Amino acid sequence: MHTAENSKYCKTHEWAYLEGDIATVGISEHAQQEIGDIVFIDLPKVGQQVTAGQNCCVIESVKSASEIYAPMSGEIVEVNEALGTDPALVNRSAHTEGWLFKIKVSAPAEYDGLLDLKAYQETI
Amino acid sequence: MTSDTLKKTPLCESCQKAGGKMVDFHGWYLPVQFNSIIAEHKAVREKAGMFDVSHMGQVFVEGPDAWHFLQYMNTNNIKNTPPCGTYSHITDEQGHIIDDAISFCLTPEKFLVVVNAACIDTDVAWFKKHAEKFNVKITNDSAHWGMIALQGPEAVTHAEKLIAGVSEMPRFTIKEIELYGAKGYVTRTGYTGEDGVEIMLPAEAIVTLWNDLLQAGVAPCGLGARDVLRLEAGYLLNGVDADGNQTPYEAACGWVVKLTKEDFVGRVALQAQKEAGLKSRLTGFVLTAAGVPRGGCKILKDGAEIGRLTSGTYSPLFKGIAVGYAPAELAEGAEVEIEVHGRKIPAQKVKTPFYKNRV
Repeated sequence: MHTAENSKYCKTHEWAYLEGDIATVGISEHAQQEIGDIVFIDLPKVGQQVTAGQNCCVIESVKSASEIYAPMSGEIVEVNEALGTDPALVNRSAHTEGWLFKIKVSAPAEYDGLLDLKAYQETI
Repeated sequence: MTSDTLKKTPLCESCQKAGGKMVDFHGWYLPVQFNSIIAEHKAVREKAGMFDVSHMGQVFVEGPDAWHFLQYMNTNNIKNTPPCGTYSHITDEQGHIIDDAISFCLTPEKFLVVVNAACIDTDVAWFKKHAEKFNVKITNDSAHWGMIALQGPEAVTHAEKLIAGVSEMPRFTIKEIELYGAKGYVTRTGYTGEDGVEIMLPAEAIVTLWNDLLQAGVAPCGLGARDVLRLEAGYLLNGVDADGNQTPYEAACGWVVKLTKEDFVGRVALQAQKEAGLKSRLTGFVLTAAGVPRGGCKILKDGAEIGRLTSGTYSPLFKGIAVGYAPAELAEGAEVEIEVHGRKIPAQKVKTPFYKNRV
């Protein structure tokens, strides 16, 4: 199971957890705190192709809209349906239950380019 | 801009101590939220919350012509009997909104005008420019005053414990007070759609008041909650919902224009617009599917852009709500779409205010 410790990070505050060729993606605890009360998430579509670094999701809080970038390239194979009725799940559990979507990755080597938790925390 | 160059209110440190997340608001260093905007919104709608509004401006207008001068500067009929306050717009010769402000009558020859923070310098210069023809003295006293807006169904009960007589005050009245050894003012006003008061005191006393209200269990609230509350209550945010190019009629505030009173700046233009009719008008919308509308989003009718939103937010009570300029002939209940991040979300024109409760 993905946790803050065993995931890898983008400087733009997304985390990814790679298992086989499936990367689960979410936002960091720091990011959810900065964003505040999350009220709506415009998730990508299953089947959509995404490219690492590309905007593919929007998280709306009361005060702002935040673009979420794909940490790795590939195809969206699953989105977290629970967020449709309970987007604040990301506030409560950013690293586990509040994951956003899963990518079937096309370039697993991209994972090595992401930051570990310690390196990410140094960028905050 | 770093926080060092931003203007700070006397409550800046108190806000930070209470966990305020500070931002640059028109050059002021103010809290956007404390813990959660949704929790702060709930506190104000159900109990009591307080806002640091020390950045707002206090302008005294004094002299034998004080009332006539304010009548000339305002579109509304300013009450000249103490302790009454009058909400009004201040417009230029074209009838375009410069600011919205409340003029409180302290005596028939002394008024306190409370103006928006971002407009203090503009308003004072505008007043002084027109003051020559009047026997009147204009004093910008904004730097002297800290100000707390205490709002919510329990707000007046909290205020009454500190300031006897507040619960007897009618809406939109002012009262001179002495609290913590300092002289100040309390007004039965607010920007949330709830009952409440706004209290003005010098720096040291306003900090004591903040601490006493915190002790009493009043929730500290930030600009984020304030914006949701005021939008629900249908209150105009000058500078955002009116950018200097709209009249009070276009801003859906026609009720503050009194064409039959004595002459005022903008009267001729406003009279002409009233006779000619409006092309566009600030209009309320509610999204009928999930999403959060924001200022700047396109309003579409049958696929074509008919206007832009000026304010929009997620309301815990009504979900996606917004206001924007749309053709005046757009019918009540008309179905439109709001384009948010390229996604067209169905919405409906509705009457404002969205929230019609207490005041």
